[in-house]
Amino acid sequence: MFNEKQLVLNRRLFIQGCTAAGVGACGAMSSLSAVAAAKVTMGFIYVGPRDDYGYNQAHFEGKSALAKLDWAKAVDEENVPETIEVQKTMESMINLDGAQVLFPTSFGYFDPHILAMAKRYPEITFLHCGGLWDAQKHPKNVGSYFGYIDEPVYVAGVVAGHMSKSKKLGFIAAMPIPQVLRNINSFALGARSADPSVTVTVVFTGGWSNPVKEAESANSLIDQGADVLTCHVDSPKVVVETAEKRGVFSCGYHTNASVLAPKGFLTGAEWNWSGVYTNYAQLIRDGKPIPNLIRGGLKEGVVKVSPYGSAVSPAAKEAADAVIKQFMEGNMVVYKGPIKDNTGKEVIAAGAQHAQQDIWLESMDWLAEGVVGTTK
Amino acid sequence: MQDVSFWTVIIAVLGGAIRVGTPFIFVSLGECLTEKSGRINLGLEGNLVMGAMVGYAVSYLSGSPWLGVLAAAGSGCVLGILHALLCQHKRVNDIAVGIALMLFASGLAFFYGKPFIQPSAPRLPSLEFGEWSSSPVVRAALDINALFFVGAALAPLLSWFLLRTRWGNAVRVVGESGDAALAMGIPINRVRLLSTMAGGAFAGVGGCYLSLYYPGSWSEGLSSGQGLMAVALVIFARWNPMYCLYASLLFGAAAALGPALQSVGINWGYYLLNAAPYILTLVIMIVTSDRRGTLSGMPGEFVK
Repeated sequence: MFNEKQLVLNRRLFIQGCTAAGVGACGAMSSLSAVAAAKVTMGFIYVGPRDDYGYNQAHFEGKSALAKLDWAKAVDEENVPETIEVQKTMESMINLDGAQVLFPTSFGYFDPHILAMAKRYPEITFLHCGGLWDAQKHPKNVGSYFGYIDEPVYVAGVVAGHMSKSKKLGFIAAMPIPQVLRNINSFALGARSADPSVTVTVVFTGGWSNPVKEAESANSLIDQGADVLTCHVDSPKVVVETAEKRGVFSCGYHTNASVLAPKGFLTGAEWNWSGVYTNYAQLIRDGKPIPNLIRGGLKEGVVKVSPYGSAVSPAAKEAADAVIKQFMEGNMVVYKGPIKDNTGKEVIAAGAQHAQQDIWLESMDWLAEGVVGTTK
Repeated sequence: MQDVSFWTVIIAVLGGAIRVGTPFIFVSLGECLTEKSGRINLGLEGNLVMGAMVGYAVSYLSGSPWLGVLAAAGSGCVLGILHALLCQHKRVNDIAVGIALMLFASGLAFFYGKPFIQPSAPRLPSLEFGEWSSSPVVRAALDINALFFVGAALAPLLSWFLLRTRWGNAVRVVGESGDAALAMGIPINRVRLLSTMAGGAFAGVGGCYLSLYYPGSWSEGLSSGQGLMAVALVIFARWNPMYCLYASLLFGAAAALGPALQSVGINWGYYLLNAAPYILTLVIMIVTSDRRGTLSGMPGEFVK
């Protein structure tokens, strides 16, 4: 709000000045670029609504944090499909809003849309949320940033493992892509670190936003005895609310969902984009080079754990806090052998380990022991 | 163990048929009535989305979910009237108007629905018929919303109305032959207006079932084409309200099957199972297609 007011004021003053000098006709045009150059202008594009308690809201909250900086201006557009539409949106942000940096946040925006626009506008920087940038293949004005959200998911798993009485947990997932599988596995590993008899049943809904199917999956899992539910879909609202209605526990994802389930909400994994976006804005303002790859977990502050719900027992809190401490110190490795997949095959040998930064984890195509489900 | 899972799947699918199928009942009955009067209203998807938003918003603002249902029916009414008024002019194509209204209503609902995505509105209560059972599965499946019974009663009622009442006859005459209706002195436009209006109201109620009961929150991806599927459903239900009811339940069951099987660990081909309702539509369309060109039960006005 504050930014826009200031922008209007500047423009008005400028035009007044121009008119006085007798160049009013061109004043309106040049004033825009003059203001834009003084400010860092960033454009954000979301695939869904920005207030869905989910992935898009997390980015929107990050964008909103920029409003506190009086030298930055952030524009955004929601509900932009992963089609040629996103190219039009990017083009209008560049040409009409004067954006210097674009943050198209959805996974499917990258190829071919960002890559095509990056070639057309080599002076603009495109930063994509996801892990897809490859130095050999992709232009230099493109970059990726992403967080190791499976760290707080692991912590949520620890809490869920402690709190479950039936020892059956439910995971509602959109589709079996590596990112999703990694969250499922981390949740299961966390839960089974608390109690090795726990199983996690996965239901894939086949889409990022399909409320009816999500509700149906949640009900089916509860019918089968699951007493803690979590999810990896665009918005956890339906899953968390259904769990609350049926009287079972839930763990959130993307943003803090505790208000949706005051009784049964345990904890959850959240993004912390405010810090990331503010850092980017600072780099641009100072004219420093923008790194093509930014990654981080709990320690770097890219992700965080939701505050524990009222139902969480002291023992569960203690166990989870201990794990968080290890993450913060940088000693925690989730994928440490021996780990078997759910067909009994050993995927990580005893003694071997894959730290978070390990690129191998980003091509995950297996489900860990204790997970009921298949990636096929 | 395997046996127990089998029964829980069956019960979950039956429960799902009712939970997921209810909005289909309302939209398909609404479309059935409209089409019987000789108009196709493809815009019911828009009515569904609008009804979902208006119902949720009114329930949130007033604190009464039943007031939300009424408001949703009202919003459907208004959209129905709009469709009928536009279509009564010469050379106006009802299908094109329907598509335009669908886009218009969805866009309007998304725009005005923005502030209602986050807050939690009071939901419609459900009737618990499973009190007697100790099994949580049975109890969950028998947790049935009153709107389902309204919908289920509406089907025979609409059947009776169309076949046995004078007004119903008027609707059918207007749908079968405009010329005959003119000769009989039936006001064609007024009959179509009332039919489209009532049909629109049904679809609006179907929408608020989505937002106020199941899945029970307003979001922009809530409908994902259910209104359009319900319109297609009318065709293979042969414009018969009772068949509309059965077909809706079948669709609900098909949608519930995928999640139910996965939750007991049967993961074979879940992509296929998730697509089950759509495949079902295509298969039924092909199986029931008629070589002679017209379908039995189709209002005569469509053939012209």
